[in-house]
Amino acid sequence: MPFILGIGLYFKSAPILEEHSIFNLLFSKDWRPLSGKFGFYPFIVSSLWVTILALLISGPICLLTAIHLTQYAKRWVLKMMHPVIDILAGIPSVIFGVWGILVIVPFISNYVGPFFGKQTSGYSILTGSIVLAVMIIPFILNILIEVFRTIPEELTEASLSLGATRWQTIKLVLLKKAFPGIISALGLGLSRAFGETIAVLMVVGNVTRIPKGAFQPGYPLPALIANNYGEMLSIPMYDSALMLAALVLFIIVLLFNLGSRIAIARIESQG
Amino acid sequence: MLKLKKYEEQFFRVLMFLSTSIIVLALLLIVFSILYKGLPSLSWQMISQTPKGGFYFGKEGGILNAIIGSLYLSLGATGLAFIIGLPVALYMNIHLVKRKKLVNTIRFFLDVLWGVPSIVYGAFGFGGMIFFGIKTSLLAGIITVTLFVIPIMVRGMDEVLKTVPRGLMESTFSLGSTKSETAYRVFFRQCITGITTAALLSFGRAIGDAASVLFTTGYTDHIPTSLSQPTATLPLAIFFQLSSPIQEVKQRAFASAVVLTIIILVISILARIFSHKYQKNKIK
Repeated sequence: MPFILGIGLYFKSAPILEEHSIFNLLFSKDWRPLSGKFGFYPFIVSSLWVTILALLISGPICLLTAIHLTQYAKRWVLKMMHPVIDILAGIPSVIFGVWGILVIVPFISNYVGPFFGKQTSGYSILTGSIVLAVMIIPFILNILIEVFRTIPEELTEASLSLGATRWQTIKLVLLKKAFPGIISALGLGLSRAFGETIAVLMVVGNVTRIPKGAFQPGYPLPALIANNYGEMLSIPMYDSALMLAALVLFIIVLLFNLGSRIAIARIESQG
Repeated sequence: MLKLKKYEEQFFRVLMFLSTSIIVLALLLIVFSILYKGLPSLSWQMISQTPKGGFYFGKEGGILNAIIGSLYLSLGATGLAFIIGLPVALYMNIHLVKRKKLVNTIRFFLDVLWGVPSIVYGAFGFGGMIFFGIKTSLLAGIITVTLFVIPIMVRGMDEVLKTVPRGLMESTFSLGSTKSETAYRVFFRQCITGITTAALLSFGRAIGDAASVLFTTGYTDHIPTSLSQPTATLPLAIFFQLSSPIQEVKQRAFASAVVLTIIILVISILARIFSHKYQKNKIK
């Protein structure tokens, strides 16, 4: 299946690859479809910005919450959190987008932007990444909770009986043991964030320029594809360019996935 | 030294508590801000009528076309994915239980597929449609969304099936049952909670996803009567209405968002009730 997807997208994007070299396409800053110039660089940079920021926000939150829920919290808290996570995971991305427009956009433009002395409309990289961060929380958290739960209790009990505090046990035993799982959780969250389309598209501003800061608008790859599908059959090479964008997206996500998986395999074989 | 240890622990406990509350608060904030903004403009007319002339300029009509369209689409896709996914997940955990390497490879590929963004599926589906000469239609949408939710479905089921103790399988074998009997009579029942969750998660994904149907399902003001017609979907209805400059239409987008949120909430509550009912049959 993944191969079919890849090959299918490759065939669709082949025409544009015949005219321009892949290097040129990926690192050229010039995006003018009407004159046949397709440079993906601004979009790729935007995508990276949004994704990495989102992961920086949600990663620590998820990790702390997962430890809290599995190590400290009473049973009923965990029981209460399960529906919360499930519902959060079930909320469609469009709803997150609407929420972003309703809450996060004004929040950024009225409070956070001025606080840092920046002018911003609120439709920015930061907004996109906050919305994304909330979106990927359930995915990361679910896996993390599972990971912490699979760690044998004897291990923590042994550490506790040796006089370590609960937190030392967590820091020195649990986190080490759970490391591959944490990586895999973050990896999955990352790839989900990277490809998220509609929610980000709605709040990120969509300006074709290389973003220079978190308060500037960006234009991630998925948004590019979604925004232009209507015109893509009327401008020459456009459809092929967008298919290439999809292919690039696919490959990047694939690499993230592969990377985290391989990391896990290596750590597991050591332990 | 001892004090430092205590403070460190205290500090992180506060942080942990905070981050847990942030997550709960975020969910409440999302639900309440949507309800707050959308409920005032939600009316019976909105959910019981298809768009009338001038609907997109703030005139009469509703989004029944999108509600029905979304239900058709996601029911079709989830059903299809379930039919394909369940045997795959059971096969992986029962027939292939001794071939760890193969199962892990399959899991690996499913994870990769799960990670593939829905817009890529959309683009792929669109490419396929051009190739086969199909126009935007309900069928094309269902197929695309099915491809998109299968990995979620299979991996979701697989995660639960994985937790079934090996001894249970061995004891059913020792009682003389075949592998398929073990799969469908024992494992399926044992994991019915998890399997339902997987199916509902997929359904939620299917009904809420906009990027993959953007290319493939199209949009229309009518309720589809056959698989070959284009179909409106709720996420796209919200998305299109929200990008309108007219205030009334925007208000309707918020109201449509309420409808979608309520559907999702109802699904997850149903899932809870359902799963609690069957929880007691589980052998631990």
